[in-house]
Amino acid sequence: MSFIEFKNTSKAFGPLQVLKDVDLSTEKGEVVVLIGPSGSGKSTLLRCINGLETITGGDLIVDGLSVTGGKKVLCEIRQEAGMVFQQFNLFPQMTALQNVALGPRKVRGLSKDEAEIQAQALLDKVGLSDKGGHYPAELSGGQQQRVAIARALAVKPKVMLFDEPTSALDPELKHEVLNVMLQLAKEGMTMVVVTHEMAFAKQVGTRLIFMEHGKIAVDDDPRTVIDTPPNPRMKDFLSHVE
Amino acid sequence: MQVDWSIMFDFIPQLIAGAKVTIYITVLGLIGGIVLGSIAGLMRAYGGKILNAIAFTYIELIRGTPIVVQVMFLYFALPVLADIRIDPMSAAVLAIVVNAGAYIAEIVRGAFLSINKGLTEAGLAIGMPHWKVLLYIIGPLAFRRLIPPLGNQFIVSLKDTSLFIVIGVGELTRTGQEIMAANFRAVEIWTAVAICYLIMTGTMTFALRSVEKRMKIL
Repeated sequence: MSFIEFKNTSKAFGPLQVLKDVDLSTEKGEVVVLIGPSGSGKSTLLRCINGLETITGGDLIVDGLSVTGGKKVLCEIRQEAGMVFQQFNLFPQMTALQNVALGPRKVRGLSKDEAEIQAQALLDKVGLSDKGGHYPAELSGGQQQRVAIARALAVKPKVMLFDEPTSALDPELKHEVLNVMLQLAKEGMTMVVVTHEMAFAKQVGTRLIFMEHGKIAVDDDPRTVIDTPPNPRMKDFLSHVE
Repeated sequence: MQVDWSIMFDFIPQLIAGAKVTIYITVLGLIGGIVLGSIAGLMRAYGGKILNAIAFTYIELIRGTPIVVQVMFLYFALPVLADIRIDPMSAAVLAIVVNAGAYIAEIVRGAFLSINKGLTEAGLAIGMPHWKVLLYIIGPLAFRRLIPPLGNQFIVSLKDTSLFIVIGVGELTRTGQEIMAANFRAVEIWTAVAICYLIMTGTMTFALRSVEKRMKIL
């Protein structure tokens, strides 16, 4: 059974059609890498999955639940789909540990102590054992993004959505984040990743989707299509990325 | 007429009594104004079309009319219209509640909407319902940004109570006028009244500064 299923999904911002009748079905355990020129709809596609964008046509099913099912269903979907943002979006008034513990406390109903024990374990996992007491402003970009990954994982999602997670980072900090993502993929986490990191796509991705003008133009195995793009526009795009 | 500053001291008990009334109206009025303003501000920021329109109408009605007219309306017009008798003190407090509420509503709305949208999305993305995101994440951040403009409104409202002289509330300015009427010591009395206001607004500024210092704006 497919885990995330776009059925003729459309998304328009006013007169601007960003997604045009997208059909896409992904399985559990897949690492789907989304690439494409800016404005092609890849981020919108990702943000539709957890309902941060409301679809305007068709349907979109996540683990058996439709994103059009109302507020309650949307909260359930969001607990199953963790998201990591380009700009980290850590809560600035909370320490790293509090950021990670907030979801389990307020969404899963854990006590403060339980949530913080679990949060510490997640910080250990992303290599930030000693940074729990630091506020976001005291952390580097790479560290902030790893806290953000831990925060998303804390709600125990079944799929992780990454929206250009390394685009705001200095080159030497990218690998910290990519390593954590690699680790997650190895553990079998289902992932959908919008990125320009082609080496990561090749190494970790099980599926590569090239989007153009709100449609899926290429959907194939990253190892074959990145080296030999089947489409001239994708070839052109890749030549600009690498 | 000679200016005799020592005469100020004779009227200290009377002025303090007047200042007490001013403080009473201001404190009660602002507590009500904060409650009303927060509700109206959140309705403006997050309410649907209808809630938004109600709050918008309220804010525009109040901001578009002078507070003297508002308190006159409450005290003289309301009894005629709705057969509600209202004593001058209640009218004064209510006028501050309604008036400050409208301005505080815009302050609250501005503070909430100034918080980076990405933080709301991050809260929603971990599965929190919108009200929890506002309560646990956006609210505490917005609160920090509320303090400076709120301090401004506190001072304005405190000074606005002097206008309630028109309905005969015995607050500080009216007390000053009554003393004046008896002895015509204009320089001494109005200086003393001004000093009383400065002490009150100064205390308020100082209190807000110390709250502000304790909370970093993020």
